[in-house]
Parts: sequence; C-alpha cells; structure tokens
Amino acid sequence: MAPSKTQFGYRRHPDQDRVATNAAEHPVVVVGAGPVGLSLAIDLAQRGQSVVLLDDADRIGEGSRAICFSKRSLEYWDRLGVGQRMVDKGVVWSVGKIFHGDSKLYQFNLLPEQGHKRPAFINLQQFYAEAYLVDRVEQLPAIDLRWRNKVVGLEARNDHVALTIDTPDGPYRLHAGFVIACDGARSSLRQMVGAEFTGQVFEDQFLIADVRMTAEFPTERWFWFDPPFHAGRSALLHKQPDDIWRIDLQLSRFADPAVEKQPENVRPRIARMLGHDKFDFEWISLYKFQCRRMDRFIHGRVIFAGDAAHQVSPFGARGANSGLEDAENLAWKLDRVLRKASPQALLDSYHIERSAAADENIRESTRSTDFMAPNSHQEARLRKAVLSLAKETEFGKRMINAGRLSTPSVYETPLSTADDEAWRGGPRPGASLPDAPIAAASGEAMYLTEAFIKSGTRFTLLEFGNGAAADTPEGVATVRIGGEGGFADSEGLAGVRYDAEPGTAYLLRPDGYVAARFRHPTRPALDAALARAAGQN
Amino acid sequence: MTLSTASNFAKPDDAFRAVVEAHRGLSDEASADLDAALVLILANHIGDIAVLHEAIALAKRRMVDASQQQQQQQ
Repeated sequence: MAPSKTQFGYRRHPDQDRVATNAAEHPVVVVGAGPVGLSLAIDLAQRGQSVVLLDDADRIGEGSRAICFSKRSLEYWDRLGVGQRMVDKGVVWSVGKIFHGDSKLYQFNLLPEQGHKRPAFINLQQFYAEAYLVDRVEQLPAIDLRWRNKVVGLEARNDHVALTIDTPDGPYRLHAGFVIACDGARSSLRQMVGAEFTGQVFEDQFLIADVRMTAEFPTERWFWFDPPFHAGRSALLHKQPDDIWRIDLQLSRFADPAVEKQPENVRPRIARMLGHDKFDFEWISLYKFQCRRMDRFIHGRVIFAGDAAHQVSPFGARGANSGLEDAENLAWKLDRVLRKASPQALLDSYHIERSAAADENIRESTRSTDFMAPNSHQEARLRKAVLSLAKETEFGKRMINAGRLSTPSVYETPLSTADDEAWRGGPRPGASLPDAPIAAASGEAMYLTEAFIKSGTRFTLLEFGNGAAADTPEGVATVRIGGEGGFADSEGLAGVRYDAEPGTAYLLRPDGYVAARFRHPTRPALDAALARAAGQN
Repeated sequence: MTLSTASNFAKPDDAFRAVVEAHRGLSDEASADLDAALVLILANHIGDIAVLHEAIALAKRRMVDASQQQQQQQ
C-alpha cells in the first residue's frame, strides 16, 4: 500500500453555507481526530451511524508520542479493519528486562503462552497509527472528516448540543445529538462544559528522545535503575519501526527544560548510554507527569474519552490504550441509544466502567512513577531494599515497578449478570474475551477473536456444543465450538481458557466483554442477561 | 487470617535480641536500610495483605499514642 498521507486539506462543507438559525443537524459529532476519535468514528460508522469528525489541525501530529499498543488495542483495531496493517508495520514484542547498575535483575514475558492472534504489544509511532486510521476513515462514506474545524462554542440544549465551529472561511453553527470529546489532555471542550480536571502533578522531569540508528539491541523493553551511563536516575530503551529507538531519561526535578532540550546537551547523555554517537535525533521532548481525571465522563450530551477524560504517566502504556478501550466501550452503547434499541441510561455504564478503569490506570501508573522517583528518603530506602533483594529473591524481582503494562480492566458493572454456578476458570462477567485458536468447519485455522468479528461484533453467544444449539434471543449471534457445524477446538485451548464443559455458554457484549455465563443456558436466563447488558431494566 | 498478637516465640528474648544484634555497630542510616529490607522480607513471608494492613495500623497506633502522650506532658 502507498505511504499514507499526513497532510490534509481544509474543504468547505455545505453546512457552512447555512444561516445560524438553520444549522445542520447531525446525530454524532466526534471532536479530535487522534487515535481515539478516529477509532470511535470508524466503530460507529461500521455500526451504521453517520459521524461528523472535526479536527482543529490539518495534519497528523509530529513526533512518536504514544508508541506501545496493547493486545487489546490490536484486537479492537482488527474489528475496525486496521489491525493487520498496524502489526505489519509495528515492532512486535513481549519481553521486558530490568537492569540495576550494569547487571540484569529481572526479565518478564507479557504473553508467555501460544494460541493468540495478537502479540502482547507492538511498538508503532502514533503518527503511523493515525495515518492508517485516516486511510480507513476515507473508505467509509458515513464519516465526514473535516480538517481545520475548531470548536469554539458549545451550548447544551435539552435535545441537542449547539456547536460553533471556526474554520479558515469563518465560523458556522452545527447541531449535534451527541458530542464526543476526544480532543486530548488540553481538551477545550472540557473547559467549555466547565469540568474540573484534578489530580496529581509529579515534579520529576523526563526527557524523551527518539533517535535514528542501526543497532543490534533485541526488540525488548529495557529499563535501567541507576545505570552507569545515567547515575542515580532511570532510563528506558525501546525499539520502534524504521530504525527509530525511544529513549527515556529521568532528569532532576530542578533541571531547566529549555537547556536540557538542546540537542547538544541531549547528545552526550545518549552517547554515554549507547556507547557511540552514530545516531540522529528524530524528536526530543521534555515532560512532567500528570495523573488526573474528570469526575464525570458524561456531561449531558457531551461525552469525554481518552486523554480529554483522563491522563496518566507514560510508564505502562496506559494512555492511548485506555483511550482506545474508551472508544470500544462507548461505540456500541451510543449506537444502540441512537437506534433507540436501548435507553439513554445505557450510556451511564460507560462512565461507571471507564472511570473505574481510569482510576485503576492512575493507581498503577502513580505507583510506577513513585517507584522510579521516590518522594522521600524512606521511599528511596525501600526502593533500594527491593532492588538489592531482587538480586537473590523472586519476591524482590516481582516488587520492582518499572511500569506495569496495560491490560484490559475487569468491569464491576450493572450490565453484568453475576455467576450463579461454579467456575474454576474462564473470564468472569465484566472481563474481556480471551483469544484461542480454533478451526472452521472447512478445517481452516483461525482465532476466536476472528469468529467474533465474523459474527458481526454484536451481542454474541459463545457456546460449547452439547447437542442442539441453544435457543438464543433475536439479534444475538452465535459462535459455536464443537458439535455439528461448529468450530473445532483444534488445540483444546478454547475449552481450557473458558473452563468449558458441554453446554457452557458465554454471552458476549458487542465490545467483546463477558456479560454473563452459564453451564446450561435457558432462554429466560439469556433474555434476562441480554436485557441487563443492554441497559433495558 | 488476622494479625496474631499473641506471643508466638518460645523464647521472645531470643527474637528481640536477634533484631538488636543485627543493628549493633550500624550507623542510623545503615540501620534504616536494614529495617527496610527486613520489613519487606517479613511482609512477603506473611503473604497476606490484610494482615500487613493490620500490622501497619498497629504500628502506627503506637506512634499516635506516643505523640499524644508527648503533647499531654507539654
């Protein structure tokens, strides 16, 4: 495929010719064409919704920014038709190593088992991810992507939101049934609704440099505490496509950002780390962490997602990935509300589920940050004890916190039906579906996540064959493993990962989370679980 | 499990003495380092987060009591 565009033109839209008293009306306006806004727009469009997507720039942002995309994000992008392209370009990895001084303390593998379509992580510059998503948007006529359209005014009405949008041709008005704000950490829509964005600012400064070089380091995440080349502080090295390497160096709290950012000051530090200076800078950025979130992600008909709603420190890859989880959580709910298949109250579960996930991400990334940059002598002393114990004890290794990498949250949610039977394993209600290798009736090898996509990414009953198919409610797709005409559990892993017995059935939500599970589903039990998961009671 | 505050050692003096001797000859800084490692080792051995929280609460209560006593004396 040809290289993707990164520069886009502003185009005047007929909506701009309408007088303000006769503004165009659209069911959904998504603000911000970053990874979250683009993915959400694609998801909604694939579900049959028309989406206006606004972005105040006309180009994809520079710099790598987010680079680690999780298995869960890749599985979501598979549903949006862009997963393979991301994986083909990305650097696949699952192993991380932690060093103290010049000795290796610990090594972890984030996906030590076989039988998953997608790896634990890929590294891919955010601009590639955005470019591929824009390419996908351009295949979907239901998305109207308008560059250089900046929202400058927002008025909440009972049945819609009135937006004022500035363009190179001047402002125009537009009415939206729902506005989804994906406009990033400095969200202007958040300010327009008057929402607070409170949390913790960390004083330590970190320097990110993306350097271009050919090197033989393995495709692993390497993290150092107190390395010889950067005494007393921490460092991170991670590979990206195109011979680009992400280097992250902890600086002093008192470092002067303007001085530290100068390439002539950055170069010697990195030369010490790499042992040579045969590299070029792609991007240098100096930053401080913030961990904070909005109290409420839903303000009437304005709904916040991604960094606009919550912000975490970068160690753990919980920023972009949690934003994508927001998108997959919101898209199917908003689609059902717009089709009047569910009451608007279903959207409340978006806030319940994703604000809890944000709290979890903030907690995890705050702990990592505190471990890297201890707040007191005693905290530093405890860290020193952990690092020294890690040399000879397993528990010490496991206590080292150099970033706990993003995994999908398990939701405590009113949409789940509590287990009524005994389970020894498998995903519980509120957990996301684990992948497993299966075989189609034709013998073709495939994955469970692919079967879920083929079934339409909607409410789906995953059942393990036991004679005739279960009696499923209308509109619920079926993925059957075993039994006549079903998929084969070709390696026996589906049965293990789902703690399956003949008759076992999981009701999956359209975002691939478990709503309910049964040893022997009955029609009334399925009806009740479906109604609950759809917010109908 | 709950935190056991019964006397668990057959010879409590031996246990107290072992800790005291571990600190003999150490600077305050080195003693604090030793304690930090010791706390983490013992916490892991207990392996029960509820018991750990109870132990922390009990230890902190001593400190609150001590500071209140100090205030009363002033």
